Amino acid sequence: MSWILPPGVSTFASDIDFLYYLILIITGIAFVIVEAGLILFIVKYRERPGRKAYYTHGSTTAEIVWTAIPAITVVTIGVLSGGVWKTVKGRNSVPPDALPYGVLVKQFEWNFTHAGVDGALGTGDDFTLRNRMHIPVDRPVVMRMTAEDVIHSFFVPAFRIKQDAVPGMEIAVWFEATEPGEYELACAELCGIGHSNMGGTVTVHTAEEYSRWVAEQSTTAALR
Amino acid sequence: MATTALPLEHATHAEAHELSFIQKYIFSTDHKIIGIQFLLMSMLFLVVGGLLALMIRWQLGFPETAIPGGALLPETMAPDGFLLPEFYNSLVTMHGTFMVFFAIMPLLVGVFGNFLIPLKIGAPDMAFPRLNMASFWVAVPAGIMMLAGFFVEGGHSGAGWTVYAPLSADPEWTGVSYGQQLWLLSIAVLGLSSILGATNYITTVVNLRAPGMTWFRLPLSIWALFITAILVLLAIPILSGAAIMLFFDQTIGTHFFDAATGGQPLLWQHLFWYFGHPEVYILILPAMGMVSDVIANGSRKPIFGYHSMVYAIIAIGFLGWIVWGHHMFQSGMNPTLGMTFMISTMLIAVPSAIKVFNWMGTMWRGNIRFHVPMLHAVAFVAMFVIGGLSGVFMASTPVDIYIHDTYFIVAHIHYVLFGGSLFAIFAAVTFWYPKMFGRMMNPTMGKVHFWLTFLFYNLTFFPMHNLGVAGHMRRIYDPSQYEFLQPLAGINQFITVNALLLFASQLIFAVNFVVSWFRGKRATENPWEDNGLEWTVPSPPPHGNFAEVPTVYRGPYEFSSPDVSEDYLPQTTRLATDRTPAAGSEGGSA
Repeated sequence: MSWILPPGVSTFASDIDFLYYLILIITGIAFVIVEAGLILFIVKYRERPGRKAYYTHGSTTAEIVWTAIPAITVVTIGVLSGGVWKTVKGRNSVPPDALPYGVLVKQFEWNFTHAGVDGALGTGDDFTLRNRMHIPVDRPVVMRMTAEDVIHSFFVPAFRIKQDAVPGMEIAVWFEATEPGEYELACAELCGIGHSNMGGTVTVHTAEEYSRWVAEQSTTAALR
Repeated sequence: MATTALPLEHATHAEAHELSFIQKYIFSTDHKIIGIQFLLMSMLFLVVGGLLALMIRWQLGFPETAIPGGALLPETMAPDGFLLPEFYNSLVTMHGTFMVFFAIMPLLVGVFGNFLIPLKIGAPDMAFPRLNMASFWVAVPAGIMMLAGFFVEGGHSGAGWTVYAPLSADPEWTGVSYGQQLWLLSIAVLGLSSILGATNYITTVVNLRAPGMTWFRLPLSIWALFITAILVLLAIPILSGAAIMLFFDQTIGTHFFDAATGGQPLLWQHLFWYFGHPEVYILILPAMGMVSDVIANGSRKPIFGYHSMVYAIIAIGFLGWIVWGHHMFQSGMNPTLGMTFMISTMLIAVPSAIKVFNWMGTMWRGNIRFHVPMLHAVAFVAMFVIGGLSGVFMASTPVDIYIHDTYFIVAHIHYVLFGGSLFAIFAAVTFWYPKMFGRMMNPTMGKVHFWLTFLFYNLTFFPMHNLGVAGHMRRIYDPSQYEFLQPLAGINQFITVNALLLFASQLIFAVNFVVSWFRGKRATENPWEDNGLEWTVPSPPPHGNFAEVPTVYRGPYEFSSPDVSEDYLPQTTRLATDRTPAAGSEGGSA
């Protein structure tokens, strides 16, 4: 049982992980203070015959201190989080040079339309793969995602990305993988009977490997 | 007005004692009986919800083994004792539904709102006793409808307790039609019950306080129930309206939430969570209030920072309305809204922290009696802290990207609703049991139940945080489908074993509850040496509660006052220095 996140392999994974560990440390300290305080009081102030409790209705100073410290702490966490949020999901966060993908999600499959050799969607060399997405390493990709039937959620734990796909909405979400390899993709939103079988893979290629692979696929697509 | 609404039986019968059995115990207008009716009903649903949870756990821990007793389940749920995925989805949905709407909410609001408010403010009954009776008898058919969903064609709703559209809106996506429709109707009917109750609580607290019971002499339990009633009154109609819209989508094709024909799937989420987040505080504020009463009593000390505690309740009640979007960070909602909701959500940690520190301040330099209610109340504080702190993770929008819809959320909600609300309910039931039934519960059994529950509760729910950190999604029928979840199978089994033991431990409570009712030691008027008005009347209190209208001279937490030799000073005790409350300082205008 671990509190350590699995390895993160996207450009913003380390930012998200930093926030996670920061909150883990802060809440960990708060947890220890409160629980240790409770245990101390339970032992120290347990009932003893002939003793009366200290009669007090409180302390304004104490109230101010334990209002201000949590307030400052959480607002700080909020501000730090705000910066990362803007980078990952902010309105204008998608890098302009991101390689586009069209993603159509339905019960119980992911359809990834790859842009082909020309790197643009809506052209003749586009091709669509089911439950498999191939991307180049160290290059931002943007998925324009929509759902056909119900809400699903695109979740690749290794990239620290999760985004709902919603019928009637086209949602753009981007990420940039930093390590070649094959990563599991899961559906994170309950979507019906086949929800737990709605997995897939994202394959991250080196730049050369990706060019070769995409050229092959585009040719096959053109022949069809 | 208020007084003329008291039971008509008083006028029509010469003596109130001649009420027939049915009038007295079934269609009763007595707030105490109605409270006990809600108690028995919601404990039944607590067991139902628990059994559903055990089936979920069995599937996650031992998917290769037929579920024990699974032969009793029909083919449409579990052929040969193996759960079908569609039934699993129904289990997930209905466990949440029963626990939230039919167990925790009525346990806190229906039971203790009813039982405590009149007794603690010095009123003979609720302002509208017949409305009160109606609020219980409307909840009964709602419960029956919700149970009936399991037995209709297509099975029960499988769209999660949040019944997100469009999954819930069209039978095409799940094969569930009647089940979902019954779910929606039941929720709308139950909403009526809650609204009737809330109207009554608000009116009663405002109008029927005894002379001298000023606002700042109210026990925190009553403050919390009062603010909760306001939340219920404002939040439930939104849910009812949304449920009716979804019902129309299901049955007559209105397409409010169907994108293909101009509807908006996210509209459901906004409506649901605009209700749903105040609901979260409906489920915790009364718990906080009652725990405050028990902790002051157990510590034999005035509550630390009474005014701060009141303002914190009000602040939570207010902030609860502007945080609903934190359930929707990854939903496709405008990301700028995500920023706003993150800050408001972070802020709600502040009044929560104030409450925790004030409970600790109350115990500080106390003379703590560890009676069974106090054990549960301290456990509430210790566990609620974990639920509150884990909330900071998901409030941080970037961290939420990763942990949203994982077991981290499941751990969080159970630390708040079980570690928080349910421990508070145990504290409250054991504390007020003698007043309800006139008998004491067995303290030894109470302590054994507490320690086993505390142990197995933590062994069940704490590891769920670690599952979430490893990326384990919630509401997954078969985690072995994913390679990255396969190493977690051992933790899932560990959790399942402890969940079974946790459930089994509750048998001790059930036996103690039932046996004490008939065989328990007779309770005195004031077995816990408390200050509240309810402890000045016999256990159980007679119809009409108070032989004469009580006069209140002080707040409810005057423990260990230097003015008297005992370590408690009831609100009604008149000291030489106390003056009779002037007409203007009266609580209610009876």
